[in-house]
Amino acid sequence: MTETIIFIIVSVFTLATGWIVVTNRNLFHAALALMASFLGVAGLYVLLDAGFLAAAQLLVYIGAISILIIFAIMLTRRMMQTNESAFNAQPGLSAITAVSVFAIIAYILWRMRQFWPIEPAAGVPLASRTVVPDSLLMDSVAALGRSFVSPDAFVLPFEVASILLLAALIGSIWVAWPKAEDK
Amino acid sequence: MSFSIVEFLKSLAELTTANYLRQVWGNAPWVELVLDIIGVVLVSSFGLIIVIFLIWLERKLIARIQDRIGPNRVGGKFGLLQSVADAMKLLSKELITPNGADKWAYNLAPYLIVITSLLMWAVIPFAPGVVGVDLNIGLFYILAISSVSVVTILLAGWGSNNKYALLGAFRSVAQLVSYEVPMILSVLVPILLARSMSTVDIIEAQTVPFILVVPLSALIFFISSLAETGRTPFDLLEADSEIVAGFHIEYSGMKFAMFFLAEFLGTLFMSGLFVVVYLGGYRFFGLENFETAGGFALGNLFGLITFFVKMFLVYFVFVWVRATLPRVRIDQMLNLNWKFLVPVTLALIFAAAVVDKLLPTGMGDVSRAGVHLFSNVLIGIVTLEILRWHGRKQRVEQEARVSRNLEGVEALAAEAVSSEAAAAH
Repeated sequence: MTETIIFIIVSVFTLATGWIVVTNRNLFHAALALMASFLGVAGLYVLLDAGFLAAAQLLVYIGAISILIIFAIMLTRRMMQTNESAFNAQPGLSAITAVSVFAIIAYILWRMRQFWPIEPAAGVPLASRTVVPDSLLMDSVAALGRSFVSPDAFVLPFEVASILLLAALIGSIWVAWPKAEDK
Repeated sequence: MSFSIVEFLKSLAELTTANYLRQVWGNAPWVELVLDIIGVVLVSSFGLIIVIFLIWLERKLIARIQDRIGPNRVGGKFGLLQSVADAMKLLSKELITPNGADKWAYNLAPYLIVITSLLMWAVIPFAPGVVGVDLNIGLFYILAISSVSVVTILLAGWGSNNKYALLGAFRSVAQLVSYEVPMILSVLVPILLARSMSTVDIIEAQTVPFILVVPLSALIFFISSLAETGRTPFDLLEADSEIVAGFHIEYSGMKFAMFFLAEFLGTLFMSGLFVVVYLGGYRFFGLENFETAGGFALGNLFGLITFFVKMFLVYFVFVWVRATLPRVRIDQMLNLNWKFLVPVTLALIFAAAVVDKLLPTGMGDVSRAGVHLFSNVLIGIVTLEILRWHGRKQRVEQEARVSRNLEGVEALAAEAVSSEAAAAH
């Protein structure tokens, strides 16, 4: 019951701030609302007992990506003064796309309904609602870390991502390196 | 179980009041909620009230270090009530919103920055068993929350509609975002040694305090926490002589005080975090497990006192640094971070991981700590040698440049003399 109430509050918050992101003409406010929306998503992760993911959401999306967006907005001052409409010429087409993506996801979730572990067993008090055993939860970070380096799990995507980041690092150093003619 | 005042006081001394209240109130569903709320109120009011004392302490200490007397009028000889008077004054001042300010951002920022600096206290263990929540991602949680505080500074700087505020905010973000990197990396070493990110587990793992195991990591953590709290020598965020006061220049009254509150609270928090991660938290040679003959567990209380003594010792070092060091330039600050701290911490993590893996599993804690200490000292010596070599190279180049210039000047002077002589003829 409490869980449901909190879930509804957090979801309404996430969706409402998301709506502000799309409709607000003040880009700076839109970026702030985007942050609030990310915060709401982090709240959903907490409700799902995924603490590490929630903290990573805060660190990466609010602490890094949003700041990057705000810097981009601030450095292009003209963008703050625009009075154009928020819609381009294709609102109908994008609405159709959005609705069909939603329909596909809903259909998939519906097909998977026998896996929904939402109903608590009868007589179980609310406090012990968690389906995941506590020992696994306490160890979830270690399990996540191990899965990144285990050949059975995600070692390949993990290493590919590392190489991508390394390439970006080397590239940025190369771009920032003082050229001979600058000296 | 019925309520008895003696038992209640006894549980207060043992710091197990929550358990006692649980016994008294039974298993009703509201009990946990009420206990949680009491805990939140206690920790936040501790944070908000201790700042009054911290401001007095800092002013007094800096005054003594600089051979002044400091506050000495309000509240007796030592000026103990000076900060209370200041708080009253700030409370009674008018809150001004400048023309053209972004009202949402401007008014939200002071509250958000205090909230973020209070939220971090949730995972600090004050004494054995006295911790808000023992998250398995404790340190990661702290880093995540502190990255949110960067956003609030941008809010304040942009919302004020003032070029100095915006410049200050840009500087802050550059500084906070870059010093987050060595901070996260240096704290990874204790995490590696303790094999956990939980603050309680890290304290429990410190048979030998980590400052004696990995002193370099502790030093780098301390330097970057100085920068993260924006204190001297890294106080370019509010460099009075350059950008007046930085991002909070337009704020008045209590909203201005909120930023100061957050700064002092953040500094105290960083001292507390340093104690937890490197100084063994509430541990002091087993004193935290002390029990009287009657089974009266006074150890928790001793643990609390130990934690506070250590925390204020570290806080004193913060104040000491502030009172004695000049401010660095922005290019020096960024160079120190990216060209010195980050490479050294990367080497430290590498060394800690390799050494830890190579040591046999049955080894005692003390000898294990000794090997880690040795590898740290080795890295320190190598770093110093590289720095010395680099410094010497730069000095030689500089001297060569100066002597070249001198030759040029002498040649010019000789030419001038000869032409003068020619004119005199």
